[in-house]
Amino acid sequence: MTALLRGGVFDPWQELARIEAGLVKGKHGACASFVGTMRDFNVGDNVHSMSLEHYPEMTQQFLDNICTQAARRWNLIDCLIVHRYGEINPGDPIVLTAAWSAHRADAFDACRFLIEELKARAPFWKKELTDSGERWVHDTPGK
Amino acid sequence: MQLKVKFFASLSEQIGFTDTTVDVDKPATVSDVWNLATGGQTMPVNTLCAINMAYARLDDSISNGDEIAFFPPVTGGNA
Repeated sequence: MTALLRGGVFDPWQELARIEAGLVKGKHGACASFVGTMRDFNVGDNVHSMSLEHYPEMTQQFLDNICTQAARRWNLIDCLIVHRYGEINPGDPIVLTAAWSAHRADAFDACRFLIEELKARAPFWKKELTDSGERWVHDTPGK
Repeated sequence: MQLKVKFFASLSEQIGFTDTTVDVDKPATVSDVWNLATGGQTMPVNTLCAINMAYARLDDSISNGDEIAFFPPVTGGNA
């Protein structure tokens, strides 16, 4: 179970390959993954870049905790979260969640749990740079 | 008792700093810590808080050495 915070651009496919390379071959029949990527638009506005602030110690603890919860709830061989912070540009991956299991149902369900829990409660805050200046996403109606 | 207090995102901009230390000489709650640390500024609705990096409530009691954090609704992940 691995949760990583990255201050620079990461390649989700390399992250997946790195975990896969460490797994015993033939034991997992399924890997489900989700990659969230920065858009260049939000609620009708152009978005040029984004700054992603976080509460480092709490975020790490939170991500580790949801990995543990997923491993208790589903029959997983491994799971992974990678999340960016800092300055992000459109097209950059923001988040990767992945789960490996013997069968697809557990992998899909755990992968979805990780991204939904993270999105709902992990302490990250986005500040977008739009045509009209900077704005916090949590202050933006319809975010 | 002495406590570390942290503010994040728009809250730190509103308050004007990201962290401070407060001294409390009687039993207190997270809400009391807000008032001491901010000089009684109005707390925005939807403000979230944590004690020692775990989500907490404004009426939770605090202990010596705690780290208290205040922050707006979170917006991680993506759409």
